[in-house]
Amino acid sequence: MLSQDQAADIFERIRKHSTADEVEALFYGGSLALTRFANNVIHQNVAEQNEGVSVRTSFGGRTARASTNKLDDESLERVVHASENLARVQQPDADLLAMPDRRERDQAISDPTRIPPQRYFAETAATSPEQRAEAVGKIVKVAEQHKLITAGIFSNSEFIEGIFNSRGLSDWHMQTSAEISTTMLAGDSSGWQKANSPDARNLDPLALAETAARKAIDSASPREVAPGKYTVILEPAAVLDIVGFMFWDFGGQAILDERSFLNNRIGTQLFGRNINVTDDVTHPLQSGAPFDGEGMRRQRVPLVENGIVKRVVYARGTAGRMKKSEHGAKVGPVVATGHGFSLPNEMGEMPSNIVFGAPQNPQTVQEMISATDRGMLVTRLWYIREVDPYEKILTGMTRDGTFLIENGRVRAGVRNFRFNESLIHMLSNVEAMGAPVRASGEESFDMVVPAMKVRDFNFTEVTKF
Amino acid sequence: MNEILGRALNLAAQRGASYADARIVDDRSRSLATKNGKLGHASDAESQGIGVRVIADGAWGFAASKDLSRAVVEDTAARALAIARASARVKQEDVRLAPEKAVTAEWATPYRIDPFTTSIEQNLDLLLRIDAELRAVSGVTLAETSMNFKREDSWFASSEGANIHQTKISTGAGYAAYAFAGTEIMKRSYPNSFGGQWQNKGYELIDELKLVENARRVAEEAVALHQAAQCPGGVSTIILDSSQLGLQIHESIGHPIELDRVLGMEANFAGTSFLTLDKLGRLRYGSELVNVVADARQEHGPGLGTFGFDDEGVPAQCTPIITHGLFTGYLSSRETAHIIGANRSGGTLRAECWNRLPMIRMTNISILPGEKPLALEQLIADTDDGIYMETNKSWSIDDKRYNFQFGCEIGWEIKKGKRGRMLKNPSYSGITTEFWNSMDAICSRDEWTLWGTPNCGKGQPQQVMGTGHGASPARFRGIKVGSAYRGN
Repeated sequence: MLSQDQAADIFERIRKHSTADEVEALFYGGSLALTRFANNVIHQNVAEQNEGVSVRTSFGGRTARASTNKLDDESLERVVHASENLARVQQPDADLLAMPDRRERDQAISDPTRIPPQRYFAETAATSPEQRAEAVGKIVKVAEQHKLITAGIFSNSEFIEGIFNSRGLSDWHMQTSAEISTTMLAGDSSGWQKANSPDARNLDPLALAETAARKAIDSASPREVAPGKYTVILEPAAVLDIVGFMFWDFGGQAILDERSFLNNRIGTQLFGRNINVTDDVTHPLQSGAPFDGEGMRRQRVPLVENGIVKRVVYARGTAGRMKKSEHGAKVGPVVATGHGFSLPNEMGEMPSNIVFGAPQNPQTVQEMISATDRGMLVTRLWYIREVDPYEKILTGMTRDGTFLIENGRVRAGVRNFRFNESLIHMLSNVEAMGAPVRASGEESFDMVVPAMKVRDFNFTEVTKF
Repeated sequence: MNEILGRALNLAAQRGASYADARIVDDRSRSLATKNGKLGHASDAESQGIGVRVIADGAWGFAASKDLSRAVVEDTAARALAIARASARVKQEDVRLAPEKAVTAEWATPYRIDPFTTSIEQNLDLLLRIDAELRAVSGVTLAETSMNFKREDSWFASSEGANIHQTKISTGAGYAAYAFAGTEIMKRSYPNSFGGQWQNKGYELIDELKLVENARRVAEEAVALHQAAQCPGGVSTIILDSSQLGLQIHESIGHPIELDRVLGMEANFAGTSFLTLDKLGRLRYGSELVNVVADARQEHGPGLGTFGFDDEGVPAQCTPIITHGLFTGYLSSRETAHIIGANRSGGTLRAECWNRLPMIRMTNISILPGEKPLALEQLIADTDDGIYMETNKSWSIDDKRYNFQFGCEIGWEIKKGKRGRMLKNPSYSGITTEFWNSMDAICSRDEWTLWGTPNCGKGQPQQVMGTGHGASPARFRGIKVGSAYRGN
């Protein structure tokens, strides 16, 4: 894998090739291995190694980017010229800032004591195909013991993210990641579990397999229950996949573009008083690089406090534009928070290290079930898409373990529902929450979220299984 | 490139692989975008590497590297072998491949204008002219435009003797106008939403799309939607424009016919399919008017699913999927063909890039146009009461591909054969086979467009693939509309 010293050497070669006023290089890459199984056998098993550099050049208000995974000198020269050719022909943008230097970056750090924990684990990086096959074998054995069919993955990866710019700023991040997900299939039902961590030792394939198997068995012979408004208990993966759709709107550029559901709503009681959300890359259950696409350090930002949206996040340029805009006085503190995408881009920024606050009295899912007269327990949600961008109505399906709760007990599996639910409505109707955990789904990025009990969740249709 | 491919295949053979193939891919792309009169992004990207796929001990292994040096290529092949042998620890049967004649071939996308030779300045100028047209309409609060080019060179060789070089070019462009007022954000897109129109063509596509000419109308519609009535709920006759019908095909025909989904190989992520093997040749998928093909051949058109050979060296083919309403075909590969009794792959195995394992993907999944001349306006004139819906806004379908819900950007009421008042937030939902069986009219070839879907996600690690979908506007009876807003 590319080292920081090697990257620094490549950056110096890039600088020599460039005639631009400023140059920035983002380095990316690493290795990924993934063992995939279905029908109780390994059917796909892959590994890749890749690394590259993305070069941004800037000439007085004009900027562009070009990327390559060829790191020989000729290719570096070509990629620099490609970037410059794209930049030179543009009309100058008076709002484009000079690249940040180290001083600007360091002055923007609000709490220097907050640093992320170690996220690189050599054993995780070194996990072999044989070790993955052994873990898959355990999952398959659980399936066979329960007369089920299983499908899933076990992956491990190591990767780097690095940034260097011609004003002397540089930063480097190395990380590992491991992930297991498993689906257990019965004749007319299924169950699912997924977990990931920078450290493979935190993953327990047997426990995941047993839980998924139990869900498949318990949801067998699903009943068809009429759609309507139900109290639902959403397990953390279900919460993460649906709430993830709103965080694209928690950036200053989304407000400026008037494409955010937070336009004219910052500072209002938008959600229930029990909802608190922070973006915090240093949280022990979070993951990812501590710097953004320009090299600014990601700051901890309290986004929602007691149901009131207090702040959104900002790239450097967005913060400047927001201060000058008609929205500037209505959106809370405006300061670069280190959440920008690499430039140039039209999206601005977003918070991607979401941590939901712990409730005063966290309840386990079982406690929530016990306190529910009639409702639905939802394992995961699927194929979520936005129906209405301002009311934040989302549609999607339940999947892999949906259960009817009656009189404080799980009574039966039910056929999967389609929902059309406003996130504003949903987060105003949270009756109970669990302790936040690191959760992983398929529709949104990983977060630290609790299970939630939500009243009047809007199921509009039911499917055939 | 042949020498590099040969090294990988030789190493695999020496180490005992019963089959091996190797692909070198050299990708180049350009992406330009504007927003509200300024540059959104401008980027070039290139990526090159080799992927080696082997069967050893009856199981698959795949390894990929960006490094084409002799030592690394041989190491990559050796890694693929080691991975295959680890796979064999958890297997039941040996992998079987349907026979395929090994060929030596060259194939390239026909195009008139290489998009990478066009002036970046002129490209940006065109996007900014569109942007100006959009923002000239009072009430437009956000204007976005984009233009994308891609060139992929691939060299494929197999231990069976195949040697194929292909060059594919694709081009895409589109734009959207947003209007935020009160408590609503309205949007109109052209020629299609979520990236516009994409085809395997050169820059000539940009000229054909009449982008500037349509910008003012599209922006005016975005603003006018604020004054439009809410689409009513209930059961209605609907007519879908060809782009929305293209996405309907993608979701409710294209994905369920993927044989890997049917066989449970995608159960953990993309899902399975209601099209179990017993349904082939028996299921009444749609009405008599529904004729759908999976056609990767150039004669079908310049779709994103058009190629000479798939990524295991099988020539492009046309497979009848639905024939006069009867379900007649799956998308298959060399590994899966025998399961449906086929003696040959349907030629649909494709990979996103050099670093991804090829898997069954849609090619061009298209509904054939009606044989009798029928224009959209004639179809509307033939409809007493209904709703015409245009341009996708949201899409969702369950993991077996039964229950779907689509939202469109705009609708118009149809009363007594006339297009009436504009409707906002139109949506419809249903069950796949019930929906396709309700189709009672489809427009003819003049209204048929081969749409490109550049962003189809599937697989773990996930791969994004371009697919093509030809469609004409069509009419469906007794469809549930408006569920998306019910109860909110």
